[in-house]
Amino acid sequence: MPLVKNGRITTDLFVHVADGAELPGDGDILISAERFLADPDILSRRPGKTGVVWPNNRAVDDLVPHLERLAAVALVFPTFRDGRAYSQARLLRERHGYDGELRATGQVLRDQFVFMSRAGFDAFEVKKDADADAFAETMKRYSVFYQPTGDGRVTALNRRMQLRHSESAGQ
Amino acid sequence: MYAYDELDRTLINERVSEFRDQVKRRLSGELTEDEFKMLRLQNGVYLQLHAYMFRVAIPYGTLSSKQLRRLAHVARRYDRGYGHFTTRQNIQFNWIKLSELPDALAELAEVGIHAMQTSGNNMRNVTSDQWAGVAPGEVEDPRIWSEILRQHTTLHPEFSFLPRKFKIAITASEHDRAAIKVHDIGLRLHKNADGETGFEVLVGGGLGRTPFIAKTIKPYVAGRDILSYVEAILRVYNQYGRRDNIYKARIKILVHELGIEKFAREVEEEWKQMGHGALTLDHSVIEEVRSRFSYPPYEKLPHMPDELKQAAHDPLFERWRKNSVAPHKVQGYSIVTLSLKPVGGPPGDATADQMDAVADLADRYSFGEIRVGHEQNLALPHVAKRDLPQLWKALDRIGLATPNVNLVTDIIACPGLDYCSLANARSIPIAQELTRRFANHDTAEMIGRLHINISGCINACGHHHVGHIGILGVEKNGEEFYQITIGGRADENAQMGALIGPAVPYAEVADVIEDIVEAYLALRDRPEELFVDTVKRLGVEPFKERVYATR
Repeated sequence: MPLVKNGRITTDLFVHVADGAELPGDGDILISAERFLADPDILSRRPGKTGVVWPNNRAVDDLVPHLERLAAVALVFPTFRDGRAYSQARLLRERHGYDGELRATGQVLRDQFVFMSRAGFDAFEVKKDADADAFAETMKRYSVFYQPTGDGRVTALNRRMQLRHSESAGQ
Repeated sequence: MYAYDELDRTLINERVSEFRDQVKRRLSGELTEDEFKMLRLQNGVYLQLHAYMFRVAIPYGTLSSKQLRRLAHVARRYDRGYGHFTTRQNIQFNWIKLSELPDALAELAEVGIHAMQTSGNNMRNVTSDQWAGVAPGEVEDPRIWSEILRQHTTLHPEFSFLPRKFKIAITASEHDRAAIKVHDIGLRLHKNADGETGFEVLVGGGLGRTPFIAKTIKPYVAGRDILSYVEAILRVYNQYGRRDNIYKARIKILVHELGIEKFAREVEEEWKQMGHGALTLDHSVIEEVRSRFSYPPYEKLPHMPDELKQAAHDPLFERWRKNSVAPHKVQGYSIVTLSLKPVGGPPGDATADQMDAVADLADRYSFGEIRVGHEQNLALPHVAKRDLPQLWKALDRIGLATPNVNLVTDIIACPGLDYCSLANARSIPIAQELTRRFANHDTAEMIGRLHINISGCINACGHHHVGHIGILGVEKNGEEFYQITIGGRADENAQMGALIGPAVPYAEVADVIEDIVEAYLALRDRPEELFVDTVKRLGVEPFKERVYATR
């Protein structure tokens, strides 16, 4: 499954480690929320980076105290119909100031890329190769956005207001 | 009318191009039907019994003549020459080919029409009063706020994959023509003690298999805060709405399970944490949107022009005028409702020729503007009273002057088993039969205001719960049966109807309805007492006794 990060297909340096499986001695790992919360000190014991796979039915509040020391948070889309992780992503980015890797996992198709990016995701475990290949092209599909989110894109309303100001300044 | 600018047009075109790509991937097999289903539903495309059905949005029920002509063109070019206006200010085409859909969308996009979020588990077309901006006594034009919400809810990055569909309706009049109490969020514009405009916010209304009347979650939210407050409601719903069972996934169930007080606290907490951020609407932003609504250059006209006085001698004209013409906020003008409920016709259907003709009449008599209401009728919102006699003749020629607005034959009905893959029973033939039974206009007038709503299944697209008489099709041992309720209403005093007795077979429905109406005529204490008020005063029992005594 290809990983798209910073707009490009990238080698995934993180290894998903299943609950109960032994942790590798070094290297970057992604572990479950349960495993992480049972032993948060793991962060200081291992040389590699640690990321947490956070389920979409648990409030992100429990993760907030650890955010500064985490290298990645992976949120889950069990099916692309289930949009809970969009809210979690915005809360992590916009309310709790998380600025590490925010990864979308599960059923991730190209048709969600723009929504996900606007909600704050910057890494995508893409289900199909063709969709991963089409990432850059898909992200260019939209140039107009109505809602303000933490992604910094200028909204239609703001563009209109700017236009109006420049028009009145020119008179 | 709201004038789209370059940004609105660009976004619609970008959506068309995305959908074209999605259809291409489906046709090439790159997308599975299951994957494509969700994507087509985000853009109003259902797979029905015989073909794909295509639902197009008419935001807050406002159309220009140019737009209506384009809908007529789509009906002719891509469908079988007609369209069906729905109870949520949409139009449906029933015979579209998937491969031609992107072209139909592109043609609609040229006139600023789209199908975004007319189905799927997202925020649906924002609806409002079809008399918005012209009704006397309105707080202010609710379409300004409808448009602000339309933009905000379009392709929302957080709320496009909700537990279930989500519908918002707005009214600014004391008499609610937008049925806000049966919506997921209902917004009632009003002024607070300081004279500032804001909203009473209602939440958790809806019909379907578990009907609820919406409850007030906050009596007053200032206009500038409405986006953040709506966003707070949606965020709570997106996270905590049930996803384990499609029948329990609407926000009404969450509100019911938590209780309105607890739900309100959750929303309030979320809203507080959101703070006064980017969603707060500055005065200048609201005025920007307001400035792109244009209003007609009304003339100064007399209240009672000579043309109207003369035409009053024609009883047929008078009958139509009294039934279909409503007061306008500007002296000398009227709001004219065009009944799409001819005797024997399917409720809400209009042919391409009728649409073109209405567009021409709108240009001549209504400043090029047409409205669509949730009762599945059209309206011309700015007709000079002196033009009413001419307009009436023209409407009569195209079959749109049936004087039955709000009467027993002004029936709301879903497409039912004739088209819909969810339906258990037919709706349209029941409606057609009822219009024949009550075809005598004098009788219909004597009966007075009476709304019959028909749904072909429990999903309640025909709003049967809130019909003065509600008819619900069910299936019993492979046969079509119908449950009948009385006393429902969808206005500011919204309530669900009560079951009058056991379900009856298809062939008996019209007889039972006739008996109910007979009972009402015998039971009402004066001719002015409406059916729904008699039911309220007496309850179901006396009706039940009379209707079921002989069955």
